[in-house]
Amino acid sequence: MTLDPITLTVIQAGLQQVCDEMDLSFSRAAFSPVIAEANDRSDGIYAARDGALIAQGAGGLPVFVGTMQYSTRVLIERIANGKTPPPQPGDIYIVNDPYLGGTHLMDVRFAKPFYRGGKLFCWLSNTGHWPDTGGAVPGGFSASATAVEQEGLRLPPVRLFKQGELDSEIFSIICSNIRVADQRIGDVQAQAAALLVGEDRLNALMDRYGDDDVAQAIAELRRRAATQMRAFIADIPRGRHSATAWIDSDGVVNEPLAINLTVFRDGPDLVFDFAGSSPPCMGPMNSVRATTLSAVYLAMRHIFPEVPMSAGAFEPLRVRGIENTFLDAHYPRPVSGCAAEVSQRIAEAVFAALVPALPDRVTAAPAGTSGNFALGGHDPARGRDFVMYQISGGGYGGNATHDGLSNGCSTIGISKAPPVEIMEQAFPVLYHRYALHEGSGGAGCHRGGFGIDYEVELRRGTALASFVMDHGRFGPQGVLGGADGGVNRVTVTRNGQPHTPPHLSKEQDIPLRAGDRVHVRTPGGGGYGDPLTRPPQAVCEDVRLGRYTPDQARELFGVALTGTPPEIDATETARLRG
Amino acid sequence: MGDSRGAVVGVDVGGTFTDLVALDPARGRVRLAKVPSTLDNQAFGVMHALSTAEIDLAALDLIVHGTTTTTNAVLERKLARTGLITTAGFRDILELGRRTRPQAYGMTGQFTPLIPRDLRLEVPERMDAGGQVVTPLDETALRGAAQALLSAGCVSVVVHYLHAYANPVHELRSAEILRELWPNDHITLGHALLSESREFERGVTAAANAAVQPLLDRYIRRLVDELSGGGYSGELLVMNGNGGMVSAAHVSREAAKTVMSGPASGVMAAAYTGRRAGLENLITYDMGGTSTDVALIRDAEPAVSNEIEVEYAMPIHVPMVDVRTVGAGGGSIARVNAAGLLQVGPDSAGATPGPICYGKGGTNPTISDANLLLGRLDPSRLNTIDGGIGAPDIAQIFDRKLGQPLGLCATDAADAVIRVANMKMAGAIRMVSISLGADPRDFALFAFGGAGPLHACALARELGIPRVLVPARPGITNAIGCVVADLRHDFVRTINTPLDALEPGRIAAILREQADEGARLIAKERIAISATRQLYSLDMQFIGQTHLLRVPLSDPDPDRATLQSLFEKAYFDRFRVRLDTIRANVVNVNTSVIGTRAALDLSALLDPAARKPSLDQARTGARPVFFDGTWHDTPIYRREHLPAAFALTGPAILDQMDTTVLIEPGDRAQADRDGNLIITIGPRHDP
Repeated sequence: MTLDPITLTVIQAGLQQVCDEMDLSFSRAAFSPVIAEANDRSDGIYAARDGALIAQGAGGLPVFVGTMQYSTRVLIERIANGKTPPPQPGDIYIVNDPYLGGTHLMDVRFAKPFYRGGKLFCWLSNTGHWPDTGGAVPGGFSASATAVEQEGLRLPPVRLFKQGELDSEIFSIICSNIRVADQRIGDVQAQAAALLVGEDRLNALMDRYGDDDVAQAIAELRRRAATQMRAFIADIPRGRHSATAWIDSDGVVNEPLAINLTVFRDGPDLVFDFAGSSPPCMGPMNSVRATTLSAVYLAMRHIFPEVPMSAGAFEPLRVRGIENTFLDAHYPRPVSGCAAEVSQRIAEAVFAALVPALPDRVTAAPAGTSGNFALGGHDPARGRDFVMYQISGGGYGGNATHDGLSNGCSTIGISKAPPVEIMEQAFPVLYHRYALHEGSGGAGCHRGGFGIDYEVELRRGTALASFVMDHGRFGPQGVLGGADGGVNRVTVTRNGQPHTPPHLSKEQDIPLRAGDRVHVRTPGGGGYGDPLTRPPQAVCEDVRLGRYTPDQARELFGVALTGTPPEIDATETARLRG
Repeated sequence: MGDSRGAVVGVDVGGTFTDLVALDPARGRVRLAKVPSTLDNQAFGVMHALSTAEIDLAALDLIVHGTTTTTNAVLERKLARTGLITTAGFRDILELGRRTRPQAYGMTGQFTPLIPRDLRLEVPERMDAGGQVVTPLDETALRGAAQALLSAGCVSVVVHYLHAYANPVHELRSAEILRELWPNDHITLGHALLSESREFERGVTAAANAAVQPLLDRYIRRLVDELSGGGYSGELLVMNGNGGMVSAAHVSREAAKTVMSGPASGVMAAAYTGRRAGLENLITYDMGGTSTDVALIRDAEPAVSNEIEVEYAMPIHVPMVDVRTVGAGGGSIARVNAAGLLQVGPDSAGATPGPICYGKGGTNPTISDANLLLGRLDPSRLNTIDGGIGAPDIAQIFDRKLGQPLGLCATDAADAVIRVANMKMAGAIRMVSISLGADPRDFALFAFGGAGPLHACALARELGIPRVLVPARPGITNAIGCVVADLRHDFVRTINTPLDALEPGRIAAILREQADEGARLIAKERIAISATRQLYSLDMQFIGQTHLLRVPLSDPDPDRATLQSLFEKAYFDRFRVRLDTIRANVVNVNTSVIGTRAALDLSALLDPAARKPSLDQARTGARPVFFDGTWHDTPIYRREHLPAAFALTGPAILDQMDTTVLIEPGDRAQADRDGNLIITIGPRHDP
């Protein structure tokens, strides 16, 4: 018999609810602010046979949309071929190996087998970003690493919990290799407890609807998600849609990395061909396969938010041409930039390729960098070492109906930036400015949003400043005649002398003394459409509010303004816009 | 002042209707009114409600008023022209927010700051996180900024400096100077409403206060004038978002506290009603046309939060009853998506054109339309609508848009819409409940609003909630909240101290100070109270954690060991995690001081004289209603005519002024002494 569509819908909502409850439980109990505040985590249900995504929490970090199904698949394969011991009820595997279906080392995955009637029915899995997993620099983002060993401790899948009990021997090895280890037990317990919540709720769902119906619904929902994605694909005009997106440099070799993408329909499917992208790089701007696929999926989900998170929705999306490129790096290539930076540029390539085909759905490029600035040093007043992270947002791209949002979160994230006051409480720094990055929105009929402009001073002691950012050389792409957004600018003033990193927005361990300053201006979003078609009144308003100068209004938008407050010189504007 | 109550009126202005309830305990009389709201000047609607209910203003002692003036002003950005004076380098804090976007997926979003960039001016001054002056206040620059804002037409001003929570001296000095220059009292200091770190949240809270203060002030003046013109000389109190009241004379000073007070009064009514009914743990469920509000009440105390974001990037961090808006309303649209699956919401037909059954041009099937096709709402009501939409027209649309793609007849399609909608709403309610650390099965469901009582039994069954409470007057719950509300003041002190470093007696001293301040504020009001009580709690966390867990204190002078074990227990109950190697941290010390007013008898809300002696006599007829795949001939009762004591088993429909209560097959309903319906949910009947 086949299930009626209503029961299907109800079971779909039920599976989603299980995952959402896991997400909630994980965040609420976690210690690490990265998980608890920034929601840098995700929880889901995966098929027993191949790890295919059955359902995933709606509140998970977007970059994890596709990764756990690969890590679960790798685990299943390794169990099948004897590389990893098979599960017992109550076991929980831990793994953070990037090359085994992961992202960077800090994203630690747990996987728990779920049994019904003594048989493995599916896997429950989650990922949480740990604040540290060892390696050369606190936090794991080293702009100059050339091998994964420098980035931290790498765990193959091992059973951290055996029949419900934490293996204290494995845990002690982990704790001996990471920083701030004493609090990790809190995150480990929270991450495991979330899987237990999932187990309880999934059991309740299956008790209610019956194992056979739930299994049948899962299979049918997968087919229907594929149908739904194909219905969206059918709206994309045929033809080859190409774009190139650029990474400034890998942090070690100062040359741009290209992501060449051609998107085209092949029957009912959509092919993403990355052939011709740059080869694997020396520095940490490599991506691994799972992250690259996930970046494509999350970009498509930004374009089509209606599609459910299910392996079925991804089936019609076929990624190829990544072999031998930096989008499919292998051991021992360093990968700490894959989740935070490269994934965003892959999404930018997808947006740029598809915006001419789907102009109502796709935006111009968003800022596309996580803006990671780390400051590690010693605070003599408190007699202790510190590591401070400042992440920051940037402008979003303009779109068919509106200007881009200012200071939006990264494409792959959903987290809030920390308040200045909290940073100053915790660290020996003083911010001189936290403001709109004026002029950074890419000009367009709908302009890009603005980045931010902050300047921070070290007040005491000494410290090392490190930057893992991007879009310093190339601004986020404008589309359909719109201009690129303003680039990322990093200036470090040491002893009164300004210093610009050779890689522009990447550098490791710049020594600072009290009184030295770091000034960061993050990218604005790309402009959408011809700036000469932007209503002069909107340009005048932007100038009145100090977002652009009158000169920029003239040069970028062809609008002449006079006086204060500015007024439009209609004759001159008409002449400029010719 | 005695502790008995005189004649009191509660009047609540909602988006569509202004509701009034008048209670005169001495004479046991109740009057009700429901009139259209007049949103431009809500005072007209209030006066209209008073005259409709034939209230003799001269004989009235007290009016308690819930207003949406400030809520609407914030949400629609119809604000007083307001300027910001802030620390040099930081004028864009209000616009930049915390780097977010409205939805996880979709790289778009719009945000309009409360104060536009040209009215945000900077002055040289700087405090560090320890409260030490880094840059002295430039008083000349401050005067210049104030003049500039005045010439730009500002009528209200905020002074918001970095770290003013640690040392407010620059804000206080600025206020002194501004008082010389500023032509009115509309001066808000950043640290005044919320003295906690986090410059965006504190700044938005202060900016919201400043930007609504002149509007609330003007509105209250108008209303007072209208009332005194009508002969009223009693006290006027205004509802705050924390569910407490303050006198009209003081309310606009902290105008931001009235934002979201409408939903709060509904929850206060629920808590009061529940306490009288012996159901002190409630989930409130207020389903309207476009959205549904849910809140949690434990031990008859509504959950209150200081961290509510009233919409995207609009944190107004004053204490508010924690009301969450979830899922669907009656207008939520059902459609079949490209996967061939039925989807209900998230888009809504709203009030215009509204559901098809409104006859205002709506053509999309909605939850309300499905209720109508299934006989849950009275199809005969359609005849009164000018548009001439009939049930067959609605059935035809259901058949075409939903039935055909799903392979169902119109009736089964409507049934599917209700099933899916209930499943989604139940899921959303469950998430609210567990995010507040509560298992819904330990609660009763308090259903009100236009559509709440129609879905309550099904939702309760879905959630495993054993009982549903439908109050006597579900359609005017917010107005009832006004008349039963207490005086309330909430205090929060951030100490952020590890338990091991806490000096003995420090918490007790803070709690005592907070309790004394609350008692002082309550004594200032001209309102009779029967008792003052305090609710003490701590917000705690394990060291290294960022989330807070609220731990109620029964003893206001606890020792460290007690605190650690109270916290560990609360933590385990919530997360099922025991962390006995990690010590706890006390972040906030909180006291709520509540001036309890004399008990108010609600039993007259349903007129005793209207009651019929038997259930049969309350019955007005029957109609077929669709449950569980078949039509049931379902008796219809007039709620007001039900006898004082009765018991009935569903299916049944109870009709009253503006609500329909649906009792599903197998559920048992009876009334309590206040006329509340207490419905005991029967077992699940999955098809």
